[in-house]
Amino acid sequence: MASAAAATRPPQRLQDVRRSEIALRIVALPVVLAALWGLWEGYRALWIATGWTRPFKVDNITMPHLYDILHQLFEPATTGGPRLITLLWHSALFTAKEAAVGFAIGAAVGFALGVVIAHSGMLRRGFLPYIVASQTIPIIAIAPMVVVGLGNYDIEPWLRVAVIAAYLTFFPVTVNTLRGLQSAEPRALELMHSYAASRWEVLWKLRVPSALPYLFSAFKVAATASVVGAIIGEAPSSIPDGLGGAIINFNQYYVLQPENLWATNVIAACLGIFFFLSVVVVEKLVVRRAPEHVA
Amino acid sequence: MSAETVVSIRNLSKTFGRAGVTALQDIELDIARGDFVSLIGPSGCGKSTLLRIVGDIIEPTSGDVTVNGKPARRARLDRDYGIVFQAPVLYDWRTVAKNIGLPLEMLGWDRARRQDRVGEMLHLVELESFADHHPWQLSGGMQQRVSIARALSFDPALLLMDEPFGALDEMTRERLNLELLRIWSETGSTVIFVTHSIQEAVFLSTRVAVMSARPGRITGIVDVDLPQPRTAQTREEPRFFELVTEVRERLHAVGADQVVEEATLT
Repeated sequence: MASAAAATRPPQRLQDVRRSEIALRIVALPVVLAALWGLWEGYRALWIATGWTRPFKVDNITMPHLYDILHQLFEPATTGGPRLITLLWHSALFTAKEAAVGFAIGAAVGFALGVVIAHSGMLRRGFLPYIVASQTIPIIAIAPMVVVGLGNYDIEPWLRVAVIAAYLTFFPVTVNTLRGLQSAEPRALELMHSYAASRWEVLWKLRVPSALPYLFSAFKVAATASVVGAIIGEAPSSIPDGLGGAIINFNQYYVLQPENLWATNVIAACLGIFFFLSVVVVEKLVVRRAPEHVA
Repeated sequence: MSAETVVSIRNLSKTFGRAGVTALQDIELDIARGDFVSLIGPSGCGKSTLLRIVGDIIEPTSGDVTVNGKPARRARLDRDYGIVFQAPVLYDWRTVAKNIGLPLEMLGWDRARRQDRVGEMLHLVELESFADHHPWQLSGGMQQRVSIARALSFDPALLLMDEPFGALDEMTRERLNLELLRIWSETGSTVIFVTHSIQEAVFLSTRVAVMSARPGRITGIVDVDLPQPRTAQTREEPRFFELVTEVRERLHAVGADQVVEEATLT
């Protein structure tokens, strides 16, 4: 935007509001973290002091100190081995690869499916029940079948896990694509009609842009779901390289070293948050809508 | 039909639904090239419905619409229509320039040709400095000017306007009336204009078609013989008031009870 743009730029007050909003967020983050830390330690101290056993007995095994968990990250995971955080960093990268590829496959398939069934009432009625049914089957029931089944086709194990992540990803994308494509304004559709626009033009020039806010809502859900899918998918495949493998491993030694599992959970959560934020960043770059349209 | 006739409506009727509510009955209307015809009437008289039938957005129950000697559908497929709705219906995700260029993309114009034409259109509606803005950064009046520029960008044979200034304040409306007349005289387009403002209809039009409700009928045509070009002073001339009075009386002749009924309905 050139000089003339300055005239109708959001007024100064609006920019100030935005700036103070950002400042608030920067301040809020450590405050929220501190509050959560206080809650954890406070709960722990209270339950230990009173000896309450509901809902569960609190001790160093069930609820280690937070600083013990964080401290554990910088201890060697095995005697003479690399630090736990180095180990988990590599696991997280491995799982991130599975989740990212799974997300990409799931988003593409989910979008394509949404487009196809949006254009045909018959396909919608025919397919939708099965698409919904696919999501009612627990992922742990599907995962072994996918892993073993795809094994017959000489597909690398991590890619099989990505397929499981995709399985969790596509559903919200399909549902929101369908809804988003139908959200185009009736008048805007009439306008396209008056230009004698083809279905293809209506789809790409009107329906898909109208659907973007819906799509990104779905991508946010799908981004975290793909991480969960990747972690769970590693279990039946007996893949030791990812976070799922680490969780299963540390689970077995929980009584001896609970901090390891908790630390792994922290890293898994960070990975999920990173995926989510990546989608948010892309959304800010891609979606150009009036402020009231952006969630 | 003379060679200069752009729109010819013959024996046109429209009923809605199974109950058979008659929206339009026996509509006959010819519009010549360069004409500016307003459709005016109480709400529910079917003036917007008539406009949408001419634009082949909806189909008539019976009767014919020909545009440039072709059926309405053929005319639409030939991109003979530029449409302006009451809401600007701009695409949020496109800049002003890209909104105006939208129909040109559909026509398969290359980028350079599009840019040239969009530049001309921005000049026509005096929004050159807002080319790279997004619609929501513009005022309502500016948005409607973008919408008019978009409708005219591909030089359609017929401009269909459905209460385009109905949602704007009186000041903006009068300014855009003048601007529309300037654009109309510069482009020589043929316009069908739906409105419920008597002053607006008289000020803009070469002819005003007065309609009645239930069933929707054209009850009379008022030829507006005010000289061109019209200016802000035109609104103060005695002839202007005479014509406004004539249109108003024709509207009331339709039945005062009907007007009261409308008032209670809305």
